[in-house]
This record gives sequence, structure tokens and C-alpha cells, in this order.
Amino acid sequence: MSTATSVARGSRAILSGVLRSNSGRIGFVLLCLAVVIALFGGFVAPYDPYATLGVPGAPPGNGHALGLDFIGRDVLSRVLFGGRSTLLLAGLATVVTYTLGGAIGLIAGFSRSKLDSLLMRSVDVLLSVPALLVILLLITAFGSTPVVLVCAAALVLLPGVARIVRSATLEVSTRGYVEAATARGEPTRSLLLREILPNISGIVTADLGLRFSWAIILIASVNFLGIGIQPPTADWGVMVSENRVVIASNAMAVVGPSVVLAVLVIAVNLVGDAYVRQLDRSGGSQ
Amino acid sequence: MATSATTAGPAPESPPQSAKASGRGRQHPVAWFVLKRVGQGLLTLFIVSILIFMCTSVIPGDAVTVILGKSGTPETIAALQAQLGLDRPLYVQYLSWLLGLFRGDLGDSVVALAQKQPDPSIAGTLKNPLTNSLILGSITALLLVPLTLFLGAVAGIKADKFIDHAISLPSLVLAGLPEFVTGALLIYVFFTQLHVLPPVSLVAPGESPLATPKILVLPVLTLLIVAVGSGVRQVRLGMIDVLQTDFVQFARLNGIAERRVLARYGMRNAVANSVQTIAQNLQYLVGGIIVVEAVFAYPGIGVYLVQAVLARDTNKILAASIILAVLYTVINIVADLLVVFLVPRLRTELV
Repeated sequence: MSTATSVARGSRAILSGVLRSNSGRIGFVLLCLAVVIALFGGFVAPYDPYATLGVPGAPPGNGHALGLDFIGRDVLSRVLFGGRSTLLLAGLATVVTYTLGGAIGLIAGFSRSKLDSLLMRSVDVLLSVPALLVILLLITAFGSTPVVLVCAAALVLLPGVARIVRSATLEVSTRGYVEAATARGEPTRSLLLREILPNISGIVTADLGLRFSWAIILIASVNFLGIGIQPPTADWGVMVSENRVVIASNAMAVVGPSVVLAVLVIAVNLVGDAYVRQLDRSGGSQ
Repeated sequence: MATSATTAGPAPESPPQSAKASGRGRQHPVAWFVLKRVGQGLLTLFIVSILIFMCTSVIPGDAVTVILGKSGTPETIAALQAQLGLDRPLYVQYLSWLLGLFRGDLGDSVVALAQKQPDPSIAGTLKNPLTNSLILGSITALLLVPLTLFLGAVAGIKADKFIDHAISLPSLVLAGLPEFVTGALLIYVFFTQLHVLPPVSLVAPGESPLATPKILVLPVLTLLIVAVGSGVRQVRLGMIDVLQTDFVQFARLNGIAERRVLARYGMRNAVANSVQTIAQNLQYLVGGIIVVEAVFAYPGIGVYLVQAVLARDTNKILAASIILAVLYTVINIVADLLVVFLVPRLRTELV
């Protein structure tokens, strides 16, 4: 069986497990909706998101379904354009976190030496200050480029991943098949990648949803604070912040981006929650 | 964002404390534990302070250049750098900053120096924001703890009944939202629609936010919605666990009234199990306050920090960051100690 088909079969099984519960189904539909809006909304936007079209803060009407923003740009078009940055940066941050945190956790859990406590202690330093503070400091040091945003969010989420991977590795590496492979003289690389990694993937991905939603929240919050993605870029976090001045005349300029962001995060959490429950049902990770 | 509650998982090996039991430790395990925990906290803070210092020093020359802007000539830039002591080696800068910290001297604001303001000292500018933040944080904490315990316990006792779902589902949904989204939607409801609460929480300089309690309602509510939601899940799970233990089952079999079983055996142990969760929620407040203050333009330490980052005022960033880091660590230590005092059986494991 090729890897491609087994991956396809695996993801189909996960999907049907997620869709078994009501909250999973609702979450999945909302997630598809939010992701499609975020990634492809720009193609159906009625106006140029950067063009000034009328009176700042004009309420909905006159062909502008969500009215105009604080300098007279079409809110709907900006909402349709504004999810891409956050979603992509958060997705990248999650990938980086799992790669880096996974590597650290695997090495720490497998080495069972001084290296273990050294790695885990250094990772734990990141937990001794508020997450947002870590990001603020990294932005202070390295500027607010997209690369820094991704790395900063990934770094904040890393300790959790490293811890889970480490304890799962510790547990799995005492099992018979790993010991047998060790006795066969398999190189460490293939022990880690072929014996241990496939067997901890269930536990490790259990809170993938939670971490992805944190990544979204962190990136969006930094953008909201004005120290991430900079105006005039259409971004949900930036929009909520800049349009607060017109909330009295056109509340939709604030509510619109807030609601799509809320839907995205809630959907990720619901799907993640349903995935954890289907893991529990199918007897954990093995 | 209480990370470790959900991610840590039980460590498979024995508790780390038991490994290095010294003679002194055996005689006074609790005192030894307190000493060790405080020592650990101080060491962490020391490392964190170095890292924070490094983050704000990566751009030392740049910060001065940026702040002076076009008016900066090589001479004025060099003069300001000398005034800030940036011409010294990095470790000397760090040590002199650390020594100043112990004397309550947090250094000078880079921006204020550049603008030649009469009093560039930072320490004085921090007093009001810090007080405002502590007021906001304490009010939230006072409401947060009983609410989390109550809702979590009720959901746990009535697990899988209607009332459990009525508590658990909203907390799952609401706890996951970014603070600024919750805040913005609350402003929409209570200001735009109902006209009952102000959209911003401005405090006149020198005035206490307690003089106009109305402005505190929405910030507190925003923090509560996020923090209570994440805590309820943990307390609920703790309660369910406790109710399945042998001693609760036996108490029930003995015919003790259910109400008494819950109060004497259930609640007591669930509270002890929840201390860590609650500590994480309080720790969350230290970070959450940064965004919530920004949403409502509430003049606290969070807004102070964000403004310092925007202005690239490195010394202000340093000062505000270290204060938040200390708060965070103190809550952590207090929680660890509190658990040991509340759950006597843990004390024997300390030895």
C-alpha cells in the first residue's frame, strides 16, 4: 500500500469520525465557510478593498452591504479580502510549531539523558512569561515582518507540543516493537521516524485544533494591537481596531470582521473537539 | 490562554521533587519546598530578565536613530546614546539596569530624553498605569474565582444533563474567542444597540477608575468571558473525577445525604484539584489584560507597553515587561504553594 492511499484512507476515517457528532458537523460546515471566505473571498469582492468610495463611516446601503469604513472604503470587500493574511500566517505558525516542537520533543523523549532536561527546561522558559509578551518582545527585537510574526507565534505554542511529543515518545519507546527494532540495530533516524513517530501521531494531533485556533488568536490580536500587519492592508484584526472610531455611525465596520473571525475560531474549536472525541472513541492513538 | 492545563499531561516518572531529598528536606519538607520553589522562581526571573533585556537591546543604535528621526545628526545620535549608556558593553548595561531595578530606578525614557523633557525618569510614569491595571485585574479575579468554581462544579455534578450542556457549550465557544472580538461585540451590544455603557474606558490622569465604575464593566466582562470559559472545563472534569472516587461512592452507600456528600467530599476535593486551573486563569489575566486594555483604551500597563513598542521606547518596554513577568511568576509560585497547603497528601510526596 502506498503512503498516499493510506494517508487518504486515514484522513477519510478522521473526517467521518468528526462528522458523527452534531457539533462536529456544524463546526465542519462553518470551518469550510470561513476558510473559503478567507482564502477566496477576494475573488468575489464587489469593490476594490483599497479604494475610497464615499463618506467615511456610512451605514449599510447604496450598494454597500456592510457600509463604509473609517476612511470610506467598502467594508464587505475588505472583510472578503481580510482573512487571508491571518489564516495563512496562523497556518504556517502551526506547521512550524509542530515541526520544531515535534523534533525537540522526540529528541528529548528518546535521548533519556541530560539533553532531555536541558531541552525541556529551555523550552519551559517560554512559559514563564505571558504569550503575548513574548511576541511583543520579539517584534521589538526583529520588527513586525510576516516571518517574525510566524516564528513568534510558533515559538509561543512550541512548549506544549514539545511536552506532549516528549511524554508520548517516552511511553512508546519502551514498547516491544521499538526494543525489537533497537535490537535489530536500526539506526536512530529510522527508529524515530518509522517506529515512534507513526505511533504517537494520534496523541500528538489531539489538540492540533486548539493550537491552530491559538495561532489565529495570537496573530489576529497582534494585528489588532497595531504591531503586526500594518494598515492599509485589509486584515480582520486591523479592521476591528481602525474602525472603532466609526462604531457609532456604522457598527458593521467593526462587527463584520469580528463575526467572521469569531466564526473561524469557533469552527476550528468545534472540529478539534469532535476530533478528540473520535480519538477517545476509537481507543486513543494506537 | 491557559496553555499548560490542557497540554502538560501527567508526567510518567515520579514527582521530580522526590529525587533530591536532602537531610534538611526530610525534617521540614514544606519549608524546604517553599524555599526551593521561591528559589526556582527567582532563577527563572533572572533568566527571563536577561532574555527581555536582549530583546530590547538588539536594536539599540536603531532605536535612537528611529526616535530622533530626520532631526538626528551623527552628533546628536552619539550624544543620546552616551546619555543612555548604550556605548558601554552589553553586560555592563544589563548589570547597571538590574542594580537600578533593585533601587526602584527603571531608567530613563528614550523618547523623553530625545525630546529633552525635564523629567525623563520612567518609574514615575508607571505608577498610574500599574494601579489602573491592578484595579481591573483584582476586580476580575474576585469575580472569576467563585464563578469558575460554581459553574464548573454545577456542570460536573450534572454531567451530560441539560444544565451541563447549557454551561459547557457556551464556555467552549466563548473561551476560544480573541479578547478583542469579544470586546468589540460587547461594545456593539451595550453601546451601539442598548446605549447603556461607554465604548471606551478613559480615565483622566490622576483620577481613579473606581470613581466611574461604569467604565470598568465591559473590560471586566470581556476578561471574565474568556477566563471563566477556559476554567469551567477543567473544574468540571475535576468534579467528575472526584465524584467517581471510592470515598464518594462509599459516602453515598453509607446513606449520607447527596447534598452533604457534594459539599463535604465533592466540592472540597474538587476545589483542591482546581487550584492549578485557577492559577492559570489568573496568570492568563496578566497577558489578557494587554489586549483588553487596548480594546477599551483603558490606561493600564498593557496600553503602556503597546505604546512603548510602537514608539520603540526600549527602556519603557523593558520596565513594563519585567513588571508583567514578575506578576506572572508570583502568581505561579503562590499557586504551587497553595496547592501544597490545601492538599495535605502532597506534602508527604515532597520528601
